[in-house]
Amino acid sequence: MITHSRRTSYWQAAPLAAVFLVFFALPLLATLMVSFWSYTGYSIEPALILDNYLDAFDRCIVSLPDLCTTFRTYLSTLKFCLIVWLITLVIGFTVSFYLTFHIRSTTTRLVLALLCTIPFWTSNVIRMISWIPLLGRNGLVNQSLIGLGVTDQPLDWLLYSDFSVILAFVHINTVFMIVPIANSMSRIDKSLVEAARDSGATGWQILRHVIIPLSKTGIAIGSIFVITVVMGDFITIGLMGGQQIASAGKVIQTQIGALQFPIAAANAIVLLAIVLMIIAMLIRFIDIRKEL
Amino acid sequence: MKKDNTTDLSRRQVLKGGAALAGAAAGTAITGFPAVIAAEPVTLRYLSTAVNQSPAIAERAAKDLGIKIEYVTVTTDDVTKRIITQPNSFDLVDTEYFALRNLIPSGNLMGMDAKRIKLIDKLVPALTKGEVAGKKIGDQGTAPHKVMYLEGQNSKKFASSPTEWITLIPTTYNADTLGIRPDLIGRPIESWAELLNPEFKGKASIMNIPSSGMMDAAMVIEASGKHKYGDKGNMTREEIDLTVATLIDAKKAGQFRAFWTDFNESVNLMAGGETVIQSMWSPAVTAVRLKGIACKFQPLKEGYRAWASGFGLPKTLKGKELDAAYEFVNWFLSGWAGAYLNRQGYYAAVLETAKEHMEPYEWAFWMEGKPAEKDIKGPDGGLLEKAGSVRDGGSYDQRMGAVACWNSIMDENAYLVRKWNEFIAA
Repeated sequence: MITHSRRTSYWQAAPLAAVFLVFFALPLLATLMVSFWSYTGYSIEPALILDNYLDAFDRCIVSLPDLCTTFRTYLSTLKFCLIVWLITLVIGFTVSFYLTFHIRSTTTRLVLALLCTIPFWTSNVIRMISWIPLLGRNGLVNQSLIGLGVTDQPLDWLLYSDFSVILAFVHINTVFMIVPIANSMSRIDKSLVEAARDSGATGWQILRHVIIPLSKTGIAIGSIFVITVVMGDFITIGLMGGQQIASAGKVIQTQIGALQFPIAAANAIVLLAIVLMIIAMLIRFIDIRKEL
Repeated sequence: MKKDNTTDLSRRQVLKGGAALAGAAAGTAITGFPAVIAAEPVTLRYLSTAVNQSPAIAERAAKDLGIKIEYVTVTTDDVTKRIITQPNSFDLVDTEYFALRNLIPSGNLMGMDAKRIKLIDKLVPALTKGEVAGKKIGDQGTAPHKVMYLEGQNSKKFASSPTEWITLIPTTYNADTLGIRPDLIGRPIESWAELLNPEFKGKASIMNIPSSGMMDAAMVIEASGKHKYGDKGNMTREEIDLTVATLIDAKKAGQFRAFWTDFNESVNLMAGGETVIQSMWSPAVTAVRLKGIACKFQPLKEGYRAWASGFGLPKTLKGKELDAAYEFVNWFLSGWAGAYLNRQGYYAAVLETAKEHMEPYEWAFWMEGKPAEKDIKGPDGGLLEKAGSVRDGGSYDQRMGAVACWNSIMDENAYLVRKWNEFIAA
């Protein structure tokens, strides 16, 4: 008989807990602390002032209905979030559905799933930058359109616009939707689908009443991935938007570049609060413990 | 027959044993590497932006001095950040004079000893005194002579008159203006105000570096007659508000195609035809030209925005790296590097020694504004200018004499960054 002391499980969980503490909890606490400090052009000083938060929301109530910078930035970021989420959801759901329910052999399914992840074998930034020579004024797309005679002026809105930002986001983030949704769908008992069909349900009814409710968890997890990535992103919006489109991450980056760490920390905490609220809303729709 | 199905070891026990072994191994392993003693040349970690980091200079320094230069490349803002937060992560920094207003009070740069710089008296008066050919040039902003001297070696305050402790030994400087694609514009451009000309809607760009971008915008606004600034390098809050409001209007009207932060981005924008007029740096113009695309660093009637950069030493530097750093700085001023920089369109800090290392026709073209007697080649041998052409802006005296303001960090810098964020978000 092997006896374990009750404390053994704590020791076994200790390494991961230590990693979490050092690399997650501590930096978060440090950021929270620094957001209350004051700063000059070359140093930051410990203090307990609310100025940074007040500056972040400078003139936000006063200038209504005109939006202040922070509101406008978050509105713009949320807009991208929503659009990207919808598009990746539709594409991700369709691809997962096809992979799970229409492919018979497991080998083909594995191969196709692997194909979906191949783009991730190169760096994110390279995949983004490679859109630029494609979409630019003298890029491949414009040249072919002009050559085919479809337009005689290059299309400006292909690059450095909302379109290119959304394109790049969808390109990079769809896989994050495919994987959790496919995972959820593969756990659906096929006999449920058969039973529904035997009861006379049409394809659409099966989708609406059987498959979507059962893959809700996967959808929620995929959404959490996509939303957190898009909310915090500044590289994609910066590069593909010609650095003219506002994003919450870009504000923080500009402030860090000017060594204004306290106000950057304040903005970071605000961003964190907003993302947490969105995720809290999402988790209400699913029972996440079932998936783990 | 009973089969004994239980093994003696359960998975838990294997894991526990493994963890214990790993702990023991880690405890005893990391000691006692044999010390590798070899005679290695001194390595200097040289921190700066990509613009000044040429492999040719490092190679020549290794050949002439035996010092190995290791380039650490970061963006403009990150140079400042590194100096303030990690002074012992580099041995030599090449940074701009305007950043000194934030760097010196942090105490991380030590004053350089003027007595150890051999050519100290030959540094150009444009930087040490703010004069070109005896005449005073534009002083707005953080002109180098205002921030060149310190009261003591580790002092945090600038001295108002020359002392023996120097903040940065100048390496290079230039007068910046707008870069244009003359082939796509097709008419002469004479004023900074053209950057906001609706004729170039969707084809203009400005640099996304708050301090310099704001000054370019100030040059544009003053040129358009909208407002005359007291000091473009040190604006008041109202002036900052005015500048940002004008920029936001232009942005909403679709004037700008994109902004750039890295100088390679500016090259790509211009070379790809995405922009035809933009803030630019001289080596970017050269890079676009080397691709065979017409690009001009256009002299404008309101003058130039100048900048100067120089070598600084972190206060943590000592021993043989310190000596090697002074040796490298002296070598840099002694001519070969100066000539190399001159040939790229920059100006060297000591003109006499650079002249000795340049051919007479090169000197006449780059510095005296005379037509080129032979084809002018770029630093990598590619053709830059055909025989007979004249350098953009003319001679040294003409260009540096027309400086209107210097890159700077303003008193209201925190406010400026906030308003710049507002501009980007608009």
